[in-house]
Amino acid sequence: MSRFFLDRLLQSVLVLAAMSFLIYWLIGLMPGDPIDLMISADPRLTPEDAKRLRALFGLDRSITERYIAWVTGALGGDLGFSRLYAKPVLDVMIPALGNTALLMGSSFLLALLIALPAGIVAAVKQYSRVDYAINFTAFAGISLPSFWLALLMIAIFSVWLGVLPAGGLPEIAGGGWWEGLRYLALPIATVTLVTIGDYIRYMRAEMIQTLRHDYIRTAYAKGASPTRVVLVHALRNALIPVVTIMALDFGFLFSGALTVEIIFSYPGMGKLIFDAIMGNDFNLALIALLFATALTLIGNLLADLAYGWLDPRIELK
Amino acid sequence: MSDAIAAMALGSARGRAWRRFRRHPLAIAGAAVLALLTLAALCAPLVEAGLGIDANQVNLLARFAPPSAEAWLGRDELGRDVFVRLLYGGQVSLLVGVVTALVAASIGTCIGLFAGFRGGIADAILMRFTDSIIALPLLPLLIVLAALDLIKLGVPDAIAQSEQISLYRIVIIVALAGWTTSARLVRGAALTLRERDFVAAGRAQGASSARIMFVHILPNLMSPIVVATTLSAGKIILMESVLSFLGLGIQPPTSSWGNMLTNAQQMIQSNPELALYPGALIFLTVIAFNFIGDGLQDALDPKA
Repeated sequence: MSRFFLDRLLQSVLVLAAMSFLIYWLIGLMPGDPIDLMISADPRLTPEDAKRLRALFGLDRSITERYIAWVTGALGGDLGFSRLYAKPVLDVMIPALGNTALLMGSSFLLALLIALPAGIVAAVKQYSRVDYAINFTAFAGISLPSFWLALLMIAIFSVWLGVLPAGGLPEIAGGGWWEGLRYLALPIATVTLVTIGDYIRYMRAEMIQTLRHDYIRTAYAKGASPTRVVLVHALRNALIPVVTIMALDFGFLFSGALTVEIIFSYPGMGKLIFDAIMGNDFNLALIALLFATALTLIGNLLADLAYGWLDPRIELK
Repeated sequence: MSDAIAAMALGSARGRAWRRFRRHPLAIAGAAVLALLTLAALCAPLVEAGLGIDANQVNLLARFAPPSAEAWLGRDELGRDVFVRLLYGGQVSLLVGVVTALVAASIGTCIGLFAGFRGGIADAILMRFTDSIIALPLLPLLIVLAALDLIKLGVPDAIAQSEQISLYRIVIIVALAGWTTSARLVRGAALTLRERDFVAAGRAQGASSARIMFVHILPNLMSPIVVATTLSAGKIILMESVLSFLGLGIQPPTSSWGNMLTNAQQMIQSNPELALYPGALIFLTVIAFNFIGDGLQDALDPKA
């Protein structure tokens, strides 16, 4: 590990600490108040009771005091209970993380399998009809609102053709992996289509740059076949920035499909965060948001590492 | 004399950029589409008056009415005219997109200029800060910001409950998240420009730092800023539509393309066309901005 990496690690830890305070403070500014919620649940509570409860839960103390108490508890492993699910926060979050990893992992792989070859072909045949077609598709992907695409998918495949379920997860429906795939098909297709555009454009742009280098001309001059030049000589160098950008997306993947998860009622992290914020589930919202932040920061660290690993010339100072 | 030559050079640079821009049929098409949409959106009150209706008037007897001579695209779940609401929604979406993109670009430009021009510690701190913002999960945090209780934040009731507040709020929230691209771009360019001779000449003439930054350096950065701002307008319109769709952006009865889709999922069985129009307009607008940005990038790139 270089000093550079340690430096970045330290920076990420600092950002996470700062974000934990910021998110803690912001969650406190949400409409609704835990004691008001208790009062609305039990009309027999008097104002004196409310005051006593406030003191009991420490809600009459300052934000800094409350934050320090919360952090001490959280670092000791006490993440609190979820109000909506009446379970410990971790028990709610871990299945959601698994579901999101499944959805985003498969969409990510599918997007790579389509985008990388498409970007390479577009770059090699720059300004051809194929290039224009691929470029147009990429722009369309970038410009599609993900929630609208999800609605269109449901309208076409669930309502009109009636071949795929409009939402949910296979556990509810039962059935094997084939059934599971049927439930995942529309969310995966939606996420893939909205992420593919950026990847195609990065791959194409990097490949065009790389193909202009002298060593490419040298490779041709030595008699290497065009396929070999593109796939062996150029691809490795062109991939460096592309991989970095994709690693930057890693963390985004765990919260980014929020609207897609909501529309397909897919029980992942995005839907969990949204439901927790909307349902005044302060503990769950806090931990889930911090978790998403931590994962995004880890994604960035991985991007830094991948950069140095793929290109030994880059001396990370 | 030298001014005249400079003006000619500038003119020809503009002319060259325009000639290059014209070579991009998609960018031209994008500009035409945007011009058309803007014009249509501006005509919303005229159409409303011409048809003799009120865009926000609920008419439960005419729910889901099919297209007719008076309601060209039919009526929605509350019996409101879909066509006129789309036009008004266009006003909101385009306004939010353009204004927010400009605000974000201004914040980013100031931060980037200052960091790049000053260098040293100020640069290190500001760029670390920028990197940290980029490394955050944006959408969930925007949702938190959009859901905040403004009264708890200390905003006076009169402002917190005014009708326009959702519009201002979304501009501020999205701009707070959107300035990072231009900050990095401007900082990188300012870092190299500050070593150039014309900066030293300006300094020798006694120009202040602010004057050097804004009068000498900034004009040289306009091309990349314009490109980045155009491309970001598309992203911002997408973000506004997501937040409004989730019920956290523009609040009804004011229509926006995003909040017209809020109830679309329940009606997708019976009235899929209500989900089609607003989304198609968002898509069209965003892709138009992206094509224009791409065309500008080619046209304004001095190296191409």
